[in-house]
Amino acid sequence: MTLPHILEAEKKAIVDRWFALILATYPADAAQFFRSGSSFTNPVGQSISQGIDDIFDGLLAGAEPETFRPFLDSIIRIRAVQDFTASQAVIFIFHLKTAIRERCLGRIRAEGMLQELLLMESRIDELAVMAFDIFMRCREKLYDLKANELKDRTLWLLKRTGFLTEVEDMPEQTAGCGTNVKQTKEVH
Amino acid sequence: MAKLPKPSELSQISLTPPPKPWMDIVTEMRQGMYCHGAKGKNLAALELPNARDFKVADEDWQIPDDWRETVLNGIKERLEKFRTFHVFMDICVRCGACADKCHFFLGSGDPKNMPVLRAELLRSIYRKYFTTAGKIFGKTAGARELDIQALKEIWYYYFQCTECRRCSLFCPYGIDQAEITIIGRELLNLLGLNIDWIAGPAANCYRKGNHLGLEPHTIKSSIEFFLSDLEDITGISIEPTFNRKGAEILFVTPSGDLFADPGTYTAMGYLMLFHELGLDYTWSTYASEGGNFGFFTSMNMAKRLNYKIYAEAKRLGVKWILGGECGHMWRVVHQYMDTFNGPADFLEVPKSPITGTVFESAKSTKMVHVVEFTADLIKHNKLNLDPTRNDHLKVTFHDSCNTSRGMGFLEEPRYVIKSVCNHFYEMPEDTIREKTFCCGSGSGLNASENMELRMRGGFPRANAVRHVHEKHGVNMLANICAIDRAALPALMDYWVPGVKVTGTHELVGNALVMKGEKERTVDLRNEPIPGRAAAEEGGETDV
Repeated sequence: MTLPHILEAEKKAIVDRWFALILATYPADAAQFFRSGSSFTNPVGQSISQGIDDIFDGLLAGAEPETFRPFLDSIIRIRAVQDFTASQAVIFIFHLKTAIRERCLGRIRAEGMLQELLLMESRIDELAVMAFDIFMRCREKLYDLKANELKDRTLWLLKRTGFLTEVEDMPEQTAGCGTNVKQTKEVH
Repeated sequence: MAKLPKPSELSQISLTPPPKPWMDIVTEMRQGMYCHGAKGKNLAALELPNARDFKVADEDWQIPDDWRETVLNGIKERLEKFRTFHVFMDICVRCGACADKCHFFLGSGDPKNMPVLRAELLRSIYRKYFTTAGKIFGKTAGARELDIQALKEIWYYYFQCTECRRCSLFCPYGIDQAEITIIGRELLNLLGLNIDWIAGPAANCYRKGNHLGLEPHTIKSSIEFFLSDLEDITGISIEPTFNRKGAEILFVTPSGDLFADPGTYTAMGYLMLFHELGLDYTWSTYASEGGNFGFFTSMNMAKRLNYKIYAEAKRLGVKWILGGECGHMWRVVHQYMDTFNGPADFLEVPKSPITGTVFESAKSTKMVHVVEFTADLIKHNKLNLDPTRNDHLKVTFHDSCNTSRGMGFLEEPRYVIKSVCNHFYEMPEDTIREKTFCCGSGSGLNASENMELRMRGGFPRANAVRHVHEKHGVNMLANICAIDRAALPALMDYWVPGVKVTGTHELVGNALVMKGEKERTVDLRNEPIPGRAAAEEGGETDV
């Protein structure tokens, strides 16, 4: 018997509890709704549900850290634009520890696997650090989007009204290059 | 220094929000969720009351002392004037059918984004001051006092509604939350409580003829810039006319298409199409805005801004009006224009000079949607199209809320896109046509300072795009709305990188084989067309 075997056997109970702990970070009316619907009529609830399921499976399989990035991203990208502070947005990772302890601690202790549990919890801590990086990247992206919208609008106007010009392509320099398309427009 | 809590104390923090009734939960105004307050100069230009600069983050919004009477009198006036508003205030049974249909609720989980509760913010005031039960039983009857906190809460959430009407589609009573939001915003405007992203464009439109404040020479030079690019791309010189009296058709499109990519490529598509047809049409530098941000301010402001289109049509002596790709512009044209400023008896029922088709749907307004016009051309085989030029694109179509739910315009854009593109994929059924999800930035909410709001509100739409992106490799999101073209690029950048945004007539322009054109090696974005650019460099070609 190994720790992954114990956790695999209790997977549904652990993941359900983890999901419930995450939903508890939302207002009660919303939490109730996030449990239902399809991935198109309830994209937040379904993304979280699918994301934590994938994370749990990855942990049991001993997957490489990078494997978890898309799973974490699918949840954190959402929480980064909701009413959460940075710590509230990523705290859901630690709820997995709570869920495992609540559901399996007795059996883990009985099987003498506390050491393995500590190692597993260290892996969860690593995910939390990665989660914080992803959160920061999402927030930086938001600020980029804000800045770029403003910059694009202003630049476009300045160019069209002739207040700003760019260096023209030199035919002799572009000959032989991969492309000699005249760069007259900003391309997104 | 503040006392730091111990880890044991932190672990005791309850994660569940307190189960308070909604009226007792004080709304916190979060940065990123709201737009800047309207500037005084813009309110003054529109002759709106209480013109002064106001900052949302300030405690004091500088509203008049008698603001409560102003709002209550405003509600009374509108209850008498709009039967719909009165019915919507009374009839809701709070069944909850609308609750999970709002994209802002789906993306945020904030219960006050449920349409039923958003309406309840105003309905509770109505009950308190206009119903016997509310006056006697107060909170028990769902009534509450109109205090400054309630006013600010209405402001916060009524500028978190894009008036998309998805909720009304599911309401068994047909309650139209967009109408309630429109009235709510009218009431706020009585106190000078608009947002600047709406007041600024509306003021520009009133003074200059378009939202962006482009003056006649700027409009002309902007279009001339497109013409220069088009000549490089097609080898064809196009010479449109401006403010030409006696033209058969006046063309009016959102000014966003003259100013920002990717809308500019859509405008280039129009220019190519009209040139190829030899259409007797003119642009106007006065009626230079199809959109109507007055519609997000008040009915009267919408009417005022809409009037310029008819006034200009009359001045120029055209026969009918052709309108560009836009969302709310078409809701105003289709549902309000004739009541606002009609009947336009001085115009003729639109008739395509190319196919002879009479557009009966526009018999009253005399204004035809350019996509309907183009669909008719394609149906009659009047265009020489080469859809293989768009073969590098895998396209899906986002139905704009206003054209789909506001005017039932569902098939024509699909017909046009499928005629000019070989690879088209629909998003899942619950997310398109009448049930389409909003871009999250409509009704004047496409500012940059409220980016978080836009991203969470647009998530249900982006989620469906992501599905077809992953399943079919979709890399282009087509639409027929200028706000979509302005807002969706950021939404895609955040949620589904790799998907670009296009207007439908950009795709038409790319596929259109023009008489006397040179071989096309680049598309309207000046990007090489795969497989064709190689020909220019002496490589193999599949043309």
